[in-house]
Amino acid sequence: MTPVAAEGDGTEADLAACPECDELHVRRAVRPGERARCTRCGTTLYRRPRRRPDHMLAIVTAALIAFVVANTFPILVLRAQGILSEATLLGSVAALWTEGQEPAAVLVFLTAWLFPLFDLLALFVLLLSVTTGRRPALYAPLLRALQAVRPWGMIEVLMLGVLVSLIKLSRMADVVPGVALWAFIALTVLLAAILSYDLRVLWRPVPHQEAAR
Amino acid sequence: MKALTAGLRVCLVCRTVCHAPGDGMGDDRAPVRCPRCGAAVHARKADSLARTWAFLIAAAILYIPANLLPVMRTSTLFHTSDNTIISGVAYFWTSGSPELAVLIFTVSVVVPITKIVALAFLAWRARKPFRADAHPLGRLYSVVELIGRWSMLDVFVVALMAGMVQFRSFATITAGPGAAAFGAMVVLSMLAAHSFDPRLLWDHHGRSDDAR
Repeated sequence: MTPVAAEGDGTEADLAACPECDELHVRRAVRPGERARCTRCGTTLYRRPRRRPDHMLAIVTAALIAFVVANTFPILVLRAQGILSEATLLGSVAALWTEGQEPAAVLVFLTAWLFPLFDLLALFVLLLSVTTGRRPALYAPLLRALQAVRPWGMIEVLMLGVLVSLIKLSRMADVVPGVALWAFIALTVLLAAILSYDLRVLWRPVPHQEAAR
Repeated sequence: MKALTAGLRVCLVCRTVCHAPGDGMGDDRAPVRCPRCGAAVHARKADSLARTWAFLIAAAILYIPANLLPVMRTSTLFHTSDNTIISGVAYFWTSGSPELAVLIFTVSVVVPITKIVALAFLAWRARKPFRADAHPLGRLYSVVELIGRWSMLDVFVVALMAGMVQFRSFATITAGPGAAAFGAMVVLSMLAAHSFDPRLLWDHHGRSDDAR
């Protein structure tokens, strides 16, 4: 194998190093859905996603729609002694804020709303520029920001929280699942597909990506 | 061979292998800019152990108010009750949903304690690592990194309950200060895990590998 990028740009494009144990490996081609593991510690070094960027774009678009629905309609509607009470996610955040629990409100707002939304929007823009073959100047900073924010988006934990509160509340009052509950379930499923897509393939140079297929 | 001994560094953002300054063993403290993504590339995460300890100690301190302060206050016409994390678990256990009690107990008590103890152990071991340790400890780190986020469950539950149960006349649920303390504890322990560099566990290998 001949070095691809030894032309003094300061990188070794034909090498890969393990992020967990620093072992150096020579890169090999992997088929879609395959991954390369570190020979020393077994950590995944790189993988080729099964889904193409345009497929991912469709999934991200669907997830954005689910996100909007999940945040527009009430998650649960409670009925007790003739009084209705319902709340959206942002409504709950606002309630926390007005009750004087500002730090908790900020935490929930960021991890359950802002970061997941940023994740989806950024991924949408990045995938769109990959499929159209044009990379805007913001491509690299946006992808870096996306990778930095991703661990802090916690929609899947929120989903479990919704289910736990549903059970908890069903003892106090009649609980009617709202439209947003189904949207949250759809969003969680779509996010599972989105999170399994290795963002690092988006760092590959443009021609490389399509020529390999 | 390790990247460090080859005078190379891996960018943790885009995983590009970059040349270290001077092509030598490289100074830990001088980062290079990754030519591909522009991130700062360190040979090892900057001040990894000091930062891990700092976040970890802060998380351990916050663990106390997180468990002592009420996370949720339930008010009805007749009485008001404050719930801590543990009393919430006890409520589920006695009121006929032991599976929920186990779930909440696991993510709110077992996971944070395990995470803090495991990271402290890793940070302690990383100072003087042994060859035989690197594999299981590396595995431990991946698990710790993966499970930490689930501790946020109780904070979300409290937020949702507080947001939804607002029957002004006869029943309201409000969040207590314990929720913020607990959330902050989870965030700090996640920061501690992010700061830890698992490559430190393998660094003793470098020398013996060189001799080979």
